[in-house]
Amino acid sequence: MFAIEAIGISKSYRFKKQEVKALHDINLQILQSELFGLIGPDGSGKTSLIRILNTLLLADSGTGSVDGLDIVKDFEAIRRRVGYMPGRFSLYTDLTVEENLQFFASVFNTTIKENYSLIKSIYQQIEPFKHRRAGQLSGGMKQKLALSCALIHRPSVLFLDEPTTGVDAVSRKEFWDMLKELQANEITILVSTPYMDEAAICDRVALIQDGSLFKVDKPTQIVDDFTPKLFGIRTKEMFRLIEDLKSWNSVHSCFAFGDSCHVIFKDLNNEVAACKTYLMAKQHQDIEIFQIKAGIEDCFMYLMKKSA
Amino acid sequence: MPENYLIEVNNLTKRFGAFTAVDSISFNVRQGEIFGFLGANGAGKTTAIKMLSGLLTPSSGDAKVIGFDVKTHAEKIKKNIGYMSQRFSLYEDLTVFENMRFYGGIYGLRSIEINTKAEEILNVLNLLNERNILVKSLPLGWKQKLAFSISILHNPPLVFLDEPTGGVDPITRREFWELIMEAANRGTTLFVTTHYMDEAEYCNRVSIMVDGKIEALGTPLELRQQMGVTNMEAVFLSLARKSSRSEL
Repeated sequence: MFAIEAIGISKSYRFKKQEVKALHDINLQILQSELFGLIGPDGSGKTSLIRILNTLLLADSGTGSVDGLDIVKDFEAIRRRVGYMPGRFSLYTDLTVEENLQFFASVFNTTIKENYSLIKSIYQQIEPFKHRRAGQLSGGMKQKLALSCALIHRPSVLFLDEPTTGVDAVSRKEFWDMLKELQANEITILVSTPYMDEAAICDRVALIQDGSLFKVDKPTQIVDDFTPKLFGIRTKEMFRLIEDLKSWNSVHSCFAFGDSCHVIFKDLNNEVAACKTYLMAKQHQDIEIFQIKAGIEDCFMYLMKKSA
Repeated sequence: MPENYLIEVNNLTKRFGAFTAVDSISFNVRQGEIFGFLGANGAGKTTAIKMLSGLLTPSSGDAKVIGFDVKTHAEKIKKNIGYMSQRFSLYEDLTVFENMRFYGGIYGLRSIEINTKAEEILNVLNLLNERNILVKSLPLGWKQKLAFSISILHNPPLVFLDEPTGGVDPITRREFWELIMEAANRGTTLFVTTHYMDEAEYCNRVSIMVDGKIEALGTPLELRQQMGVTNMEAVFLSLARKSSRSEL
């Protein structure tokens, strides 16, 4: 049995007589205790898919299950056993930290004490502020409280919708460390994110764009499946380098990547020498060209360009 | 020859009651520079930007922005800079062109100038067919590119960009940065915040704020070498971890 399954799920929204396709024929199988990442930019369909799977939204077609329960027929049973942290902070800002947690515990007929062990390592970090109103918390603290509230009834499946969006690099790392810990408690986690670098931490990921999944696999496998030769190129002037490479007809794609450009050539022999000659003719200085291994973001952009 | 600074900051401080949000920061930004202003959530970045853009009065210290004192000439600063943020940038219920006309009008451009500029922007962004559609029906990445172009509609010498690329897809995010680099190439000065550490590398210089103070300032290469690491993410993590102001 899969912890989460989607079979041919499609969804459209009507917007002033205009139909907007949000999801197109989504098929997905997530294993028990898996940390599964749904990776894609804003507007790619991540939230729609999460809300269909956790029974808050009806699909136009297709079926699905959570913990073996049907997402339409058994919606009540599913709601009792899943935890959900929406993208927008949705706790009660006028209640204190502790009151929020108590409220969610009582809604699920349990107590903080009963499941304290599960949330301990997360909740402890905000416990010194338990009498502060939720609305008065910093972003990182709100996030920890929201996660504690989503966990207080010991769910078997956890849905996290962009928990790290707008969060700084340090807090993002801490948050993922917490998710890794939760996995040990046999909780299945479906987490969405627009940050490609977070994919590497997941057991498996689905890359989503324009409502379609274009790849579902282990992050290491996605990287291994990347077939084109990829080069990192650096010169003294980044902006001119991008412009010159883009206007060269031997270049298939060129994207800025930190302090270098990542480039795929169109059937070019002896790439390094040929490219060096080209860049020297364009008066570039301190030219460095080296073959590199693709990351998830390289793969995403390559697949995105291919499917467009 | 003295350098041409568009931002000069000396011991700039902002206190809210007993809490010092920005703690005596000093730095300069040169003309035509892409300056990355980094820091963890709660480090004091937003407060600093508000002071520099004339929206908040400092508690002490000085800052000059495009030659005007932030304490005495805030209105002059507001009129002459560009500003774009992730959250508030365009009116969703106005069309692409209406947004351009609105912002052009706010900054005192004449109709004929607005029309010429509008055509130019629509051409560059490949939005000629979207001229009369509502901004809310544009994909996020297009919106952000449009918002940036509108923020420099009145040719400001300096633009503040507050997390302009959050959530934008990886290809559009890079197209956005090419617009930024192009503007810098034309001499515009850009002051940018971001949570994407690869974007920090595209800046000429970056500063990293921790607990209200600027803990590091230099070119990305200098900072990487100083800390003995290979990327900006590692620079940022090692500095931001020193924060004792973990929770506000």
